[in-house]
Amino acid sequence: MTNREIILGRIREALKVAAPHPDFHELGRADLPVGPDARQRVPTAPQKWLPPVGETLAEQVELFGRNAEDLKAEFHECSGLSEVIQHVKKLSADGGWKKIGRHRGEFTDPVARELGLTEVRTDKGYAVKDLESCDAALTECEALVAQTGSVLVSAPSAGGRALSILPPHHVVLARRNQVVPDLGVALQRVQEKFKDKFPSFMSFISGPSRTGDIERILVLGAHGPKKLTILLLP
Amino acid sequence: MNAQAHEFKASVRRYTADLGHRDWIQKALAGYYVKRDEFKNRFQSWPSARNAAAEIKWEAINHLDRYLDEFVSKLEARGTKVFWAPDAQAARDYIVGVARAHKVRSIIKSKSMTGEEVHLADALEQSGFEVVESDLGEYIVRLRREPPYHIVFPAMHLTRKQISDLFHSRLGSEPTNNPEDLTMFARRVMRRKYCEADMGISGANFAIAETGMISITENEGNARLTTSLPKIHVAIVGIEKVLPKLSDLALFLPMLATAGAGQPITGYNTLYGGPRQSGEPDGPEEFHVVLLDNRRTALLADAEQRDALHCIRCGACLNVCPIFKNVGGHSYGTTYQGPIGSVITPHLRGLQDWKHLSQASSLCGACTETCPVKINLHHHLLHNRRNAVRARPPRSEKMIQAGFVFMMRHLAIYRLAARIGRTAQPLQPVLRATIFDPVRAWTKTRSFPRLAKKSFRELWRERKTS
Repeated sequence: MTNREIILGRIREALKVAAPHPDFHELGRADLPVGPDARQRVPTAPQKWLPPVGETLAEQVELFGRNAEDLKAEFHECSGLSEVIQHVKKLSADGGWKKIGRHRGEFTDPVARELGLTEVRTDKGYAVKDLESCDAALTECEALVAQTGSVLVSAPSAGGRALSILPPHHVVLARRNQVVPDLGVALQRVQEKFKDKFPSFMSFISGPSRTGDIERILVLGAHGPKKLTILLLP
Repeated sequence: MNAQAHEFKASVRRYTADLGHRDWIQKALAGYYVKRDEFKNRFQSWPSARNAAAEIKWEAINHLDRYLDEFVSKLEARGTKVFWAPDAQAARDYIVGVARAHKVRSIIKSKSMTGEEVHLADALEQSGFEVVESDLGEYIVRLRREPPYHIVFPAMHLTRKQISDLFHSRLGSEPTNNPEDLTMFARRVMRRKYCEADMGISGANFAIAETGMISITENEGNARLTTSLPKIHVAIVGIEKVLPKLSDLALFLPMLATAGAGQPITGYNTLYGGPRQSGEPDGPEEFHVVLLDNRRTALLADAEQRDALHCIRCGACLNVCPIFKNVGGHSYGTTYQGPIGSVITPHLRGLQDWKHLSQASSLCGACTETCPVKINLHHHLLHNRRNAVRARPPRSEKMIQAGFVFMMRHLAIYRLAARIGRTAQPLQPVLRATIFDPVRAWTKTRSFPRLAKKSFRELWRERKTS
């Protein structure tokens, strides 16, 4: 017998006795029948209970900005690409950037061209040492989540796994219509986009890297970026 | 009393007398309570969210075979190697085997309670591999050669002074009073390790059946680095971590953060669905998922307590437990501390050896009330007490009970006993807490209430005659 058969056998044996079902009274669902296919009764719309997100895109963009700033990220709504370029140039000057990491993309290409710094492009592989010595990373993303202030990145949308975590300053360039109400809608979007061909990596980034492991005191930049900047294009 | 119970009692005696420790833990958790309530209140309905979460986990655990099968076939279809580990030894052997086969030199590890459970880091070190814990709290307790104090906050019992002294003596850092300096020092040490390591080990918070992915929740970004740079990634995952659908995360990720750490959302919530796929610039060449049973199926077989497998290891029950806050995380002597640890450890490691933890409760129910997946924790402590007594009836306790019943049924003996008690009580301060004191378990830390001078019957008789 293989290990797989051993463990699945133990599970099937154990499940022969049914467990009491959690009650539904608080949900007002006690009237529903208890059957073997309880999954059908599992509520599919947790939106009703999660924190409110507002109705319109404008409200959600505003909420995203507020939440991102609460998480100590920097958020700016820009009027167009030229304002984005201006802003990144200012970040670069303030941070004294000499080298940046980036991937090829609709927004990263023109912004990097204007910056004119030494670049490490991750698209076709890179040396870890090169990326590690970058001052900042420029990436795009899959979605921005209003409810939590999170940025959803994936391997194809953010130049792989390490680009958005290794350099000390992560700058995300996103479009306004990438703002979604909650994590559920963000996940739905990637499911529709990739179908069964998911990238091997997707991550909800919520603020810069942080720790509270010493006396529960918040310190930014524990292992990953100390700064996270999100710039929104119309 | 067995060795585990003995050690537990000794440690509890030490910690409960340590008022400094108690203050420290209270202080460390004070901010958590405020933040947890703030973010709970942002939910439109936290109680309904709890119900939904409990329901989803119920569905997953009660059809575990089906969902595990789906999870594994989806993972394997995209090139992940899945190993089913019936016990801790099998899991350790497999992972050591992977490290040997690839002639690994150094290993970086992110936080995993399942890894702690099977003593993975020790096993790898004993086989000659260097293992670096990358989570700051884990790194600190590992340097001190002690187990994590708390499943979510491993180093919450330590002051910045202790950590500064530790870094100074072990790593030669400058002494400092500033948590940020200490963190940055650890960051620099670890950066080098990431770039060198050829194997990364992680745990997982959720296993998504629908899409064949693991989900890792963390704040520091250490797990992301651990799973990005080394050429092999091994994730050790308890079989109970399964969630049926990807969309279930929309509920579980905010709830885990809020209940566990008083955050609206954790810093990084990352999904891994395989090794580096074609067209991707980086990521490990090999991705191994080790699915661990290690007696979880024994808990599964106990239908009454099966919901203990719903646990998402958020640590909320530890944070509210009056026992945990007084005896401290190290007293338990278990991988999982606090109420959830007291419930599951007897199932995972033997009822008779760990039944004493069922008594480490005031049965106040704070754990059950706070649990985001509604595990009936304090009732399960009672279930474990009952099961332990059924399996091995305690003879001395039975005799004492029988004696008590006999006394209560025979008025003359009851009166005699009451009289002896009343007459002898003035002697009690002399004998207090010594072996001759019949109520020493109580009087060791408390004073015994004074018996009334006259019994009710005597008072009644006097009133009737006067």
